[in-house]
Amino acid sequence: MTPDPILRLDGIVKRFGNFTALHGIDLDITEGEFLTIVGPSGSGKSTLIRLLVGMDEVTSGSIRLRGQEVQDTPANQRPTCMVFQSLALFPHMSVGQNIEFPLKIQGVTVSERKARALELLEMLRLPVSYYDKRITQCSGGEKQRVALARALAFDPEILFFDEPLSALDYRLRKTLEKELKDLHNRTGKTFVYITHSLEEAMVMSDRIAIMNEGRFVQIAVADEIYGAPVSRFVAEFMGEVNLFEVRGAQTTGLMAQDLQIHVNGNAADMGLGLDPGQVGTLMVRPEYVRFLPPGETADFIISGVMHADYALGSRIQYEVKVADGRLLTVEKLREDRFTGAPGDKVMLGFDAESAHLIHEGADGKI
Amino acid sequence: MEKSDSRLGFLSALPLGLVLVLSFLAPLLVIALFAVMPQKVFSLANTPDFSSFAVILSQGYYKSLLWSLGMAAVSTVMLFLICWPLAYGMAKVFNRFTLILTIAVVMTLFVSENIRLFGWVLTLMKGGLFEGYFRYFFGFGYDSPLYNVPVIIFGLVYVYFPFMLFPLAQGISMVPDDARQAAADLGASRWRILWEIDLPLAAPGIVVGSLLSFVLAAGAVAESKILGGQVVIAISDDIETAFTFGQNWPLGAALSLILIMIIGGLAIYGVSRVDLDAIMGRKR
Repeated sequence: MTPDPILRLDGIVKRFGNFTALHGIDLDITEGEFLTIVGPSGSGKSTLIRLLVGMDEVTSGSIRLRGQEVQDTPANQRPTCMVFQSLALFPHMSVGQNIEFPLKIQGVTVSERKARALELLEMLRLPVSYYDKRITQCSGGEKQRVALARALAFDPEILFFDEPLSALDYRLRKTLEKELKDLHNRTGKTFVYITHSLEEAMVMSDRIAIMNEGRFVQIAVADEIYGAPVSRFVAEFMGEVNLFEVRGAQTTGLMAQDLQIHVNGNAADMGLGLDPGQVGTLMVRPEYVRFLPPGETADFIISGVMHADYALGSRIQYEVKVADGRLLTVEKLREDRFTGAPGDKVMLGFDAESAHLIHEGADGKI
Repeated sequence: MEKSDSRLGFLSALPLGLVLVLSFLAPLLVIALFAVMPQKVFSLANTPDFSSFAVILSQGYYKSLLWSLGMAAVSTVMLFLICWPLAYGMAKVFNRFTLILTIAVVMTLFVSENIRLFGWVLTLMKGGLFEGYFRYFFGFGYDSPLYNVPVIIFGLVYVYFPFMLFPLAQGISMVPDDARQAAADLGASRWRILWEIDLPLAAPGIVVGSLLSFVLAAGAVAESKILGGQVVIAISDDIETAFTFGQNWPLGAALSLILIMIIGGLAIYGVSRVDLDAIMGRKR
């Protein structure tokens, strides 16, 4: 039996005038999990988190925190708190005063407050001497840690994050992502994180919820969302992908609509079949596509012409032009790099176990 | 290159610098010099002579000073209390209505202060606009509320309203919304947010507004003369009398010097406590 959720959302609708930002959101958040809500800008994720912390009111639906309805409770009376995108540190206070702020509001004594603040500084790997430092003198990463410490000082039931890392440079962001995940493990708190960055979501989360146009499209663990997306939107949102519009076929199980994919055997037997006439989308990630040397074979084979290559650091990305003129993406580790030149004819292949069938056509219809 | 730049800068600032020194510091020095001359004489013979200061104490001039400072302090506090909600609205809530309000308040400055104050006299006096109509409708009148200390303070609040309102609105607009939201999220009530976030972060605006209102009100003379009917004498009134009818320049200079030192001290203290660059929009 699964434990009762710490937070249960039931049919959350939010309208701004005639515009509906959220169309009936249902979600259960388990105590202690790290859930990331990912979506493009305008998908409604920021609206949702503002409702969850109590900065906006729901139009309809309920939010239950440990079974208690809280949707009408104002932010300052909810036992949750948020790390803002801007961090929202108090510029007129020192690092220590910022961290102690929630404790001061709760009426904790001065000495106890200071002890807790120093503890948190240590927990977030900030030097104890920072206690008296001015916020304006802290670097981006330090501010980030202070904001986290302040939120943890509040000791919230759930800690929400509104894209707090988006303003930082790449390296620092990578470091803090890992620190955040580590912090989640150490504190055992429930973290709900929103971001538009799939990478951030993949690195940190236990579960990922993909949001688009005010609805959840898929909620699952990272591997499943990456490898078995439920829709073309999720597939494309979660990174580079090759999508083929397909249709059920008698002998081969399925058949590509606009280009020639040679199916080695029957796709239905490989678990990727469609009923005749049914449409769908066959998906394969670029790292699972191989260049086939003469004599080697794969479950699915496509011929094309090498178009261009791009170095991505540890990997190299290739674009291969295929029959209908579109470009397929292939990614290889440096050691497996393609040795030919642009303009060369190549055979591409991938196997059934690394492909995934989305039961949705190009127009989004099932 | 850099050295010659700063040299050029210094040289080009020199003429204006000299004008400022001559026009600003020189009168102050003259005042200071007059203040230590013997009473009612123009002579450097027995200088320094502190009899002017003795006269201020013995002949009750200090009372005018205390009245002026006291009324300025009360009007400044009242202005702050009245303007805060309005300034808050202008900075955070009203949107386009802010512009209308700004124009309306600025328009009042187009009419001379004295004329506006006489307008109030005509409105408030016995047989004036209010009392006249009151008597017409109800058959009996009431005493005019003019010629007392509260009406002087009303005048000060009325005249110096824009000088508190605009700096305050500017100060409040510098309070980041997310800081207020974060404070609420961390459990702070409205009053705690006001105390812990709004007031400290709007401090530059509060200081500038309060200093302007206080300094202007402390030096004001028209309100106590026109509305107050000289029920109390403002310090500026005394200074003017000493220089004109009294022909006692050293006394006038000594009174001025005391007022300048008090106000100057306050201004320097106030300005040193806040980051004025912030309100000018440079730093942060």
